[in-house]
Amino acid sequence: MISVKNLTKRFGGFTAVDNLSFEVKPGDIVGFLGPNGAGKSTTMKMLTGFLTPSSGEIRIADQAMDQSSKHIQQRLGYLPEGAPAYGDMTPIQFLNFIADIRKLKGREKQQRLDEVIEQVALTEVLNRPIENLSKGFKRRVGLAQAILHDPEILVLDEPTDGLDPNQKHQVRELIQNLSKDKLVIISTHILEEVAAVCNRAMIIASGRMLFDATPEALQKKSRYYRAISLHFTQMTDISGLAELPGVADMEVERHSGRVLLFPEGEQELMPGVSAYIKNRGLQVDSLYEEQGRLDDVFRQMTAEVKV
Amino acid sequence: MASTWILFRREFASFFATPVAYVFILIFLMLSGVFSFFIGNLYERGQADLLPFFNFHPWLYLFLVPAMAMRSWSEERKSGTIELLMTLPVTTFQVMLGKFFAAWAVLGLALLLTFPLWLTVNYLGNPDNGIIIAAYLGSWLMAGAFLAIGICMSALTKSQVVAFILAVVVCFLFVLSGSGIVLDSFKGWMPPLLLDTLASFSFLTHFESMAKGVIALNDLGYFLIVIGVWLYAGFLAVEQKKAE
Repeated sequence: MISVKNLTKRFGGFTAVDNLSFEVKPGDIVGFLGPNGAGKSTTMKMLTGFLTPSSGEIRIADQAMDQSSKHIQQRLGYLPEGAPAYGDMTPIQFLNFIADIRKLKGREKQQRLDEVIEQVALTEVLNRPIENLSKGFKRRVGLAQAILHDPEILVLDEPTDGLDPNQKHQVRELIQNLSKDKLVIISTHILEEVAAVCNRAMIIASGRMLFDATPEALQKKSRYYRAISLHFTQMTDISGLAELPGVADMEVERHSGRVLLFPEGEQELMPGVSAYIKNRGLQVDSLYEEQGRLDDVFRQMTAEVKV
Repeated sequence: MASTWILFRREFASFFATPVAYVFILIFLMLSGVFSFFIGNLYERGQADLLPFFNFHPWLYLFLVPAMAMRSWSEERKSGTIELLMTLPVTTFQVMLGKFFAAWAVLGLALLLTFPLWLTVNYLGNPDNGIIIAAYLGSWLMAGAFLAIGICMSALTKSQVVAFILAVVVCFLFVLSGSGIVLDSFKGWMPPLLLDTLASFSFLTHFESMAKGVIALNDLGYFLIVIGVWLYAGFLAVEQKKAE
């Protein structure tokens, strides 16, 4: 359980995080979204006790961060931005060091090490200095370090940055497979990631909270949510489509010739549209309902802040 | 305590994983040999002691110890590992001690490896080995004082080069304030009390008697206080500047 109240961080005259308040419960996998410089990393640094807030309060598991940061840090796993690690150590030395600091001992330690190395697939590079590893492996070493002590709370700052699609998939699977009563906060600017992994999305920009709900709710905010997208095989008179009941607006994408029908409210357009096509005997080579475009919502929301 | 020991082991191993420790030890051994034989005239003096050897230590440490200490915090901040370290359940103070003792241990090792010199004087004559042991201890203690300054300067900046230069300058002041040149130039017009205070800040003044085998409580206390004060200053600097 994380509870943040009126969290503010100023660097000189610049306000990085501005009066942020939220709560996160066990079982929540929070996607922390925002443009670069929005205050995501700063917030995470305060949540993990690295930075001291200018004002406001952080309580984690009923303990105040400013009083018992060391207790909180024992229960917390953190992957800092860029996955820093000691370059002169090998992954196995590094993980042993972290395990010792985390007070893992004997069989339990060996078991956790084996498990984590298997989970993030580090076996082949265990004895190579970290500074010689590829970006993907470095990131995985950072992840291994964060989950080594099986923490209740996991804070990951851009865990998939710089990974190739296969590795991204692996990391997402790893996060999904963590047990259900854990609390995970992931920062990212990859929107599909939020839809794929998280059950809660928070968008912040200029240090302020813009949105906090499920990824589905975020999709619903898109003007493309439940819009019908179709493409005709031949040139067709489409003026009748816009007249269909429930259609608020129609657009034709110029380069592809794709027709988009936007619904009024959350009305379902598909039955009407397919009936119309059938009745007229129109040739359609693609027809589907859009899920809502997240990047569209994201751009819209964060652009408003700047103005 | 347990955490400090784990941090100490990591730091100590890291000195040997990067060639820092090897380079340091090698150069220390070479230079201390060259200085004691060619400039200190260890043979020609015809005395079975190691005074010429110990007399050059402050000047060797002046450049070598800052070079060793410069990466301690600068590197952590530059590579971002400081964020990792500070969010592990260890205190800044434990990290500071781990770093200090690890580097101090390498310095101690370098000193121990000068044992052939000790064997040489024992072979050539009958030195007072008590004096030599006391001088070794004094030298190690003084090295610790240099080291504490170096670590503090490393905590101030991300750049290792800047940390090195700052450390050399500050160490130089501490060495120089007791040397003849400085004291003579102040002698004419400065009240003796101030002059003594100035001299008493110097590593040289306190090391001088130790090199001769006299371990006085005030010299011991002086070096321990210097170490404590600079490590504490470094601790404050880390807490202050970790986020930059």
